[in-house]
Amino acid sequence: MGGQTIAQKILSSHSGARAEVGEIVVCDIDLVMGHDANGPMAIRAFEKMGGTRVTNPEKVVFVMDHMGPAPFEKAANLQAVCRNFAAEQGTQFMTIGEGVSHQIMAERGMARPGGLVLGSDSHTCTLGAFGAFATGVGATDLAACLLTGRNWFRVPETLKITFEGKLDPGCSTKDVILYVVGRVGADGGNYKSFEFYGDWLEDIGTADHMTLANMLVEMGCKCGFVCHSNLGIEADPDAVYAEETVIDLTRIEPGLAKPHTVDNYAPISELVGMKVDQGFLGSCTNGRIEDIRIVAAILAGRKIHEDVRFIVTPASKAVHIQAMAEGHIATLMEAGAVFFTPGCGGCVGTHGGVPADGEVVISSANRNFRGRMGNSKASIYLASPASVAAAMLTGVVTDPRMLAEQEGAHV
Amino acid sequence: MSDVALKYGDDISTDLIIAGKYTKTLNLQDLVDHAMEDIDPDFLSRVGDGAVLVAGKYFGCGSSREQAPVALKAAGIKVVLASSFARIFFRNAINIGLPIMECDTSSISDGDRIDFDIGTGTVTNVTTGAVIQAKPLPDNMVKILSAGGVVEYLKEQGSF
Repeated sequence: MGGQTIAQKILSSHSGARAEVGEIVVCDIDLVMGHDANGPMAIRAFEKMGGTRVTNPEKVVFVMDHMGPAPFEKAANLQAVCRNFAAEQGTQFMTIGEGVSHQIMAERGMARPGGLVLGSDSHTCTLGAFGAFATGVGATDLAACLLTGRNWFRVPETLKITFEGKLDPGCSTKDVILYVVGRVGADGGNYKSFEFYGDWLEDIGTADHMTLANMLVEMGCKCGFVCHSNLGIEADPDAVYAEETVIDLTRIEPGLAKPHTVDNYAPISELVGMKVDQGFLGSCTNGRIEDIRIVAAILAGRKIHEDVRFIVTPASKAVHIQAMAEGHIATLMEAGAVFFTPGCGGCVGTHGGVPADGEVVISSANRNFRGRMGNSKASIYLASPASVAAAMLTGVVTDPRMLAEQEGAHV
Repeated sequence: MSDVALKYGDDISTDLIIAGKYTKTLNLQDLVDHAMEDIDPDFLSRVGDGAVLVAGKYFGCGSSREQAPVALKAAGIKVVLASSFARIFFRNAINIGLPIMECDTSSISDGDRIDFDIGTGTVTNVTTGAVIQAKPLPDNMVKILSAGGVVEYLKEQGSF
């Protein structure tokens, strides 16, 4: 009997028995999140199951992040379903504008190392940055948690990815994870847990750890862990991995995911000069204060290109307030950016930045599927915040490192 | 007893099955009206009274929106056959009682007549005579699907 991966450890501690890969185990859940897009369906399913009282309501949170403020009456009514249910059942409730669920759960320390989190959103895996087994489910699975406080899991295999070497300081964590998704493939991690290792993880901060964990689902992963030294949980030294991969950071340059799949990776050099119509800075991937600081540093005292629109949606109200305190909101608005209420709307195509037919969007978010931002005739390129900012200045895809060199030349 | 196959490619995301802008509803018909519209504007007329949806790898990737399998089921899709499924879609489909079968779909053409048996895991291409064996579902998922989905399963069992 070998050692256990982190996923096995957490499923073992929550099921009361040693969890072997491939087994089906039933676990108690520590934190259950439902949002305004899928929560109402879960509430209806809970009622159809005969549910009257939520088990462990203190462990349940409803977050109004997918369509806030409500853009049409159906959205408003769905939010009312969640609001009323939360009040009746005594669950936690976070209203419109508080921000994207994963960000605000992180800010409030709701995910702990070794915890088990289920959310009705595929990017729930973001909380793997804090050592939680956090995974996305659909509405009916969420309803099952509301009814029973538990759910079943197939114990996943784990893929180990080790980062080696030094990253070019002109590259960001988003460039790294886009490269990794391109290497592993959109379905390369399907059903699996990931564990990331490497000295680089010590050099980067929590926001970066969240960016890495956030995009796990873009490889199909069930969950994953960014194994830096302060994660608070670790795999056994003799844990068994399905596969081990090394990523050489020295090979990475700024990169993008081309339409219409997240693994359609290209180094930025292949796309430099391509015209863009809209930029988007936001989402649970790259809408944090660290991202806003990077963009504000690039745009300070300048104007965005006259042919582009630039939409900024801070990941949370706390991020928005912090950005205001640091002066970045004024910097970005003076440069020509438009701000939208913290939440998911722009990324998921509800509202807050729907592109026109034939337009090209460069976005710091996580998905570029056809139709993702609300128009199936638009094309979405995913990139780092610095690459988004560089494209906003020039109106075309621009290597942010070149911008820095030009800046240097001016000085 | 067979149904017509509607065949699509690889990596069909839940955004393509039902766009995010159309998921903000509890009315099934709202979902049906927009199912698959960005990939096949004739989808609903082609489904008619019922059809089999056939796809390549990684069907249902992306968003966890359960509206995707719900829309397909309500539109009249009797089973989804794909060479692989994304994890959350796989679970959601079983949970809402939409049969899915993971099998080699490369020999199936659009318009073929398909018969399927969830119990034995066999898919018969009535048009060509070929018989394809699907990967068996885990026992607990067979039980959930047999009950008609998780709602019915939990109504009967009370818990997992």
